[in-house]
Order: sequence, then C-alpha cells, then structure tokens
Amino acid sequence: MSKTIVPFGPQHPVLPEPIHLSLTVEDEVVKEAVPAFGYVHRGLEKLAEKRDFHQMIQVVERVCGICSMIHAMCYCQGLEHLMKVEVPRRGQFLRVIWSELHRIHSHLLWLGLYADAFGFESVFMQFWKIRERIMDINEATAGNRVIVSVNQVGGVRRDLSPSKCDWILDELNHVEKEVKALESTMSNNYTVKKRTVGKGILTREMAYELGAAGPTLRASGIAQDMRQLQYEAFDELDFEPVVETDGDAFARGLVRFKETIQSIDLVRQAIARLPQGDTFVKVKGKPEGEVVQRVEQPRGECLYYIKANGTKFLDRLRIRTPTFANIPPLAAMLPGMELADVPVLILSIDPCISCTER
Amino acid sequence: MIKNIFKNFVSKSATRPYPIEVRPGFKNARGELDNKVSECTLCGICAKKCPSQCITVSRKENLWELNPFACVYCGICVDACPKSCLVHYTEHKKPARVKTNLVLKKEISPKLKVVANA
Amino acid sequence: MQSLEITKETLRQEGERLKAEGFRFVTITCLELDETSLELIYHFDKDLEIIHYRMQIPKDAPMPSLSPVFFAAFLVENEIYDQFGIKFDDLVLDFGGTLYLDDDDDITATPFCKFGVKRADTVPDAE
Repeated sequence: MSKTIVPFGPQHPVLPEPIHLSLTVEDEVVKEAVPAFGYVHRGLEKLAEKRDFHQMIQVVERVCGICSMIHAMCYCQGLEHLMKVEVPRRGQFLRVIWSELHRIHSHLLWLGLYADAFGFESVFMQFWKIRERIMDINEATAGNRVIVSVNQVGGVRRDLSPSKCDWILDELNHVEKEVKALESTMSNNYTVKKRTVGKGILTREMAYELGAAGPTLRASGIAQDMRQLQYEAFDELDFEPVVETDGDAFARGLVRFKETIQSIDLVRQAIARLPQGDTFVKVKGKPEGEVVQRVEQPRGECLYYIKANGTKFLDRLRIRTPTFANIPPLAAMLPGMELADVPVLILSIDPCISCTER
Repeated sequence: MIKNIFKNFVSKSATRPYPIEVRPGFKNARGELDNKVSECTLCGICAKKCPSQCITVSRKENLWELNPFACVYCGICVDACPKSCLVHYTEHKKPARVKTNLVLKKEISPKLKVVANA
Repeated sequence: MQSLEITKETLRQEGERLKAEGFRFVTITCLELDETSLELIYHFDKDLEIIHYRMQIPKDAPMPSLSPVFFAAFLVENEIYDQFGIKFDDLVLDFGGTLYLDDDDDITATPFCKFGVKRADTVPDAE
C-alpha cells in the first residue's frame, strides 16, 4: 500500500483551537505525524517591552484563558521574589482557592470535550452543565467568569466574606455529587473503554524523556506535580499527586477526573484553614534581577523566566507552557495508531494552542 | 440510565431561554464600565493604568472616551480612580451592530470657569 | 538564580551526561544581550530540582542542536530560530524558520530582537 498524507486541521470539529498535523498514513495506520503551528501566535512575550510590569499581569492572563488565574499567579510570584515581597497568609490561601477553582473548571471543560471527541454527546453536556456552577462561583467572587483578574503583585485584589465561603462550599457539594455520578461512566463504560484503552500509550520512560508535563506525565506513572514545591499555601494542605500507570488515553482521562475531585477537596481544605488578615501588601519600587518560577497548571508544569532591569518595563519574559512540553510526546504517540483514533489522542494531551504559541 | 432519563424529565431545564429570561448579575460582577462624569476630574490615571489602553482622556476638550470593545473588564481603572467615579455595572454590555466609543463630556460650570480665569 | 556555564563544544556531551543521570529537558530561554550577542539558558529538571546552564553566543553563528540528545528540544529550538534567527544544526525536525511565520514570506527579520539583524543564512553574499 502506498503512503498517503492526510492533513489534519487547522480547522477540525474536534479541535477547539487551530493546530495542523501532517499525518503520513499507510492502510489507515499513522506512520508519522508532523505538527505545524503559527495560527494563533500573538507575540505576547514581546509585549513586555510596551506594557509596564503591572499591566503585564492582565496580558499574561490572556496567554491562556482557561488557566488565566494560574498564569498571573506564577508571574506575580516571580515578581514578588524579585521585589522581596511576602504575600500575607490570607492572600496565599485565596490564591490557592481561585487557582484550584480554575483547575476544576478547566478539567471539567476538558472532560466534556474529550467525551465529545469520541462521540459521547450526553456526557459532554453533563460535564459542561456542572462546569457552569464553577463559572458562577468565579463571577460571584472574582467578578469575571473565566479571566478573573484577581492577582496583583503583592497579593490578591478581592476578598471572600464568610457567607461567600459558605456558599462556595455548598455549591462544591453539588459539584462533587454531580461529578461523582459520572464516575462509573468515565471509568467503566463500554464505549469509553473501547475508544481509549490501549490507545496512544506513552511508557514511563518515553513520557519522562520526551519531557511530558502534568496529567500526561502522571498518567504514565510518574508522580511529579509542581504543587509539591509547596508554593503559596500548599505547604499546609494535604495533597498527593494523582498517578495512573497505564499511560494510555484512558489513564489520562482518569487522572484528570480524579484531579477534579481532589481539587474540590483542596478548595474545602483551604476554606477551612483560611486565616484572618490582609489580602495584599503594597509594593514599592521596581523589580531587578532574574528569576525562574514554576507552578502547576491544569495542563501541567508552567515555567516563567523573568529578567527585570530596575525600570518599569521587563527586559525579557519567557513563558514555557505545559502544552509546549506535551507536543513532542504527542508526535511520538501517534505513529502506529489508526486514523480514527487521532482526534481522541490529540485531545488526550489537553492541547491549548494559544498557550503553545503565545 | 433509566433513572437518569426520568430525572431529566421531571427536573428543571439546565439552560435559560436567554433573551426572554435574563439572570440578574452577581453583586460584584464586572459588567459594563461607566463614568459618573460630573464627579470626574479628568486626571487621566485610568487611561495610564489601563492594560488594554482603551480609555483616552482629553483635558483640553473635557472629554472622557472609552472603547468598550477593547476593554477587557479587569477593573484596574475602577480600583485606581481617586474620585471613585468609575463604576462597573453588574449587567454585561449588550452586543451591537456598530462599534461605537462611549464619549462623555464634562460640563464645566460657568462659576468654576470664572475662578479659573481669575 | 544560580547557573552553570556551558560552551558550544561541551553542550552535547553535557546533555548526554545529564540524560544518563536522569535529568529531564525543560526548555531553553533565549535573551538578547546587545547588538551582537545573545544568551541561551538551558533548563533541566530532576525530582523537582531545576538547574540552569548559560551560554553566550554571537548572533550570526549557527549552534549545535540539543535535539539529537533530547528530542523535546526540537520545538523550542525552532521557536528560537523564528524569533531570534539562530540557526541550529542537525535538528531532528527542522521547520526552517517557519514554525510561526508563513513559509511564502521572504523571512529576513528577527521579530524578538530589539536590534534587528538579518538572519545569518539569508545575508546575501558580498558583491
């Protein structure tokens, strides 16, 4: 059988964002996959020369809408390190609460899209219905649904009243109940298993060597989660990385499903231990020096490199996003798979192309 | 499965028929941005702080101008305003056919003008 | 931020050594220092510890690629070629400066450099 090259994307029903793959196919089996980018590149790193370091918070939030809070948190942590500012304890806990809410809604969005990718429409609608509760929490507490803009250098801009905390806990009880009702579907359903078990296997060695990040790495049996670095208030919270050992698309789905429930628990813990006090400290002066800061995003490890020169504009801002790290594993897992499985496998790394290209 | 189907028959719809039924905004939501221009001193701090640079202030013509389609609703200007005359409504801005800027003119009372001239 | 020095000649060797020790490639950061030189910072990671290697290079000379050692490096090296115009030799997957840019453009600019230089491989020969 002769080789055929099938173009996949940039516009494809399964892709929320544009990425192109040239698939070399032989008898319905993919032999080689070469990704191509450049459809959503915005040059946000370069914008650091035009906007001052306070305004850049709003810019880095827009690197990726769905993990905006965690992008801004990482950037602020880096600047706080350079300016030798310590965020008050309450501010640190509030950052954990909002970042974990972001993780929940990002994972719920992904679980929906993932179900949609293998044609399970009703599960897609269920997950997105649950997600709406988290969006409401975001809007009621932070002001916006997705890009919450709560971070500032030195702390957070909004506070939570005790009545709001009670309301969040009440809503989270509903969310947990509704998510757990879908547990048997995600872990034991015939259709789901048929489409995902044994597909796109990344062995432990492969995942590590190819630099996979986040759930893609943890589904291959490596317990690496940047929250183990105990930034913000994670040193006081009980937390164990979720690990699966199979390394296939099914395991990646399961890791994200379990992390959703784990994040609900983390928000509960953070609210229970929320101390009194200020939410931010005023910062003076300009940052100087260079720093590397890492946090765990819903999609994995995110690295910020900031070089500041003592003026209000940064010298260089470099963002290594999790999907950027997950593209080589994707290119490595596709060969040997059937063409019909490609959409599911692309989604299984939770691609965020806006992140990748910035 | 059957249980779920029956539950969906009797339970309330998860969606709203949007233009007919509109959910009221949350108390602290950042909706449409407006300026109570009579209290505004046209200091221009909002224009300087805005990350998307959607506000222009002209002291010469006493104009405060906002491009609501470039605004990212971050609330930085509202926090920074020394007179607290900027306000986010809890309702979101409605879609429009034509992109228009919000231009507000501050009326200077004749009395104030006299003082300024003297 | 503590970092170690590395040179063009020792890059591959050091990469092999780190890989044998169980380090994971994280990313490369490229910065512009002045009109003629750039700095590359290589980040590696093991058990949540991150280490950095620095290298100062001139703008117009090609670099050895790390991608034969760490496959994951090909993407970031292609990105640096797009943005700063450094050519990497022996890339396992070479986009030829069109990772983000269109391939039908006549690419001569380096968008992320303040001091715009022409790409090393596109400078016309002296007449």
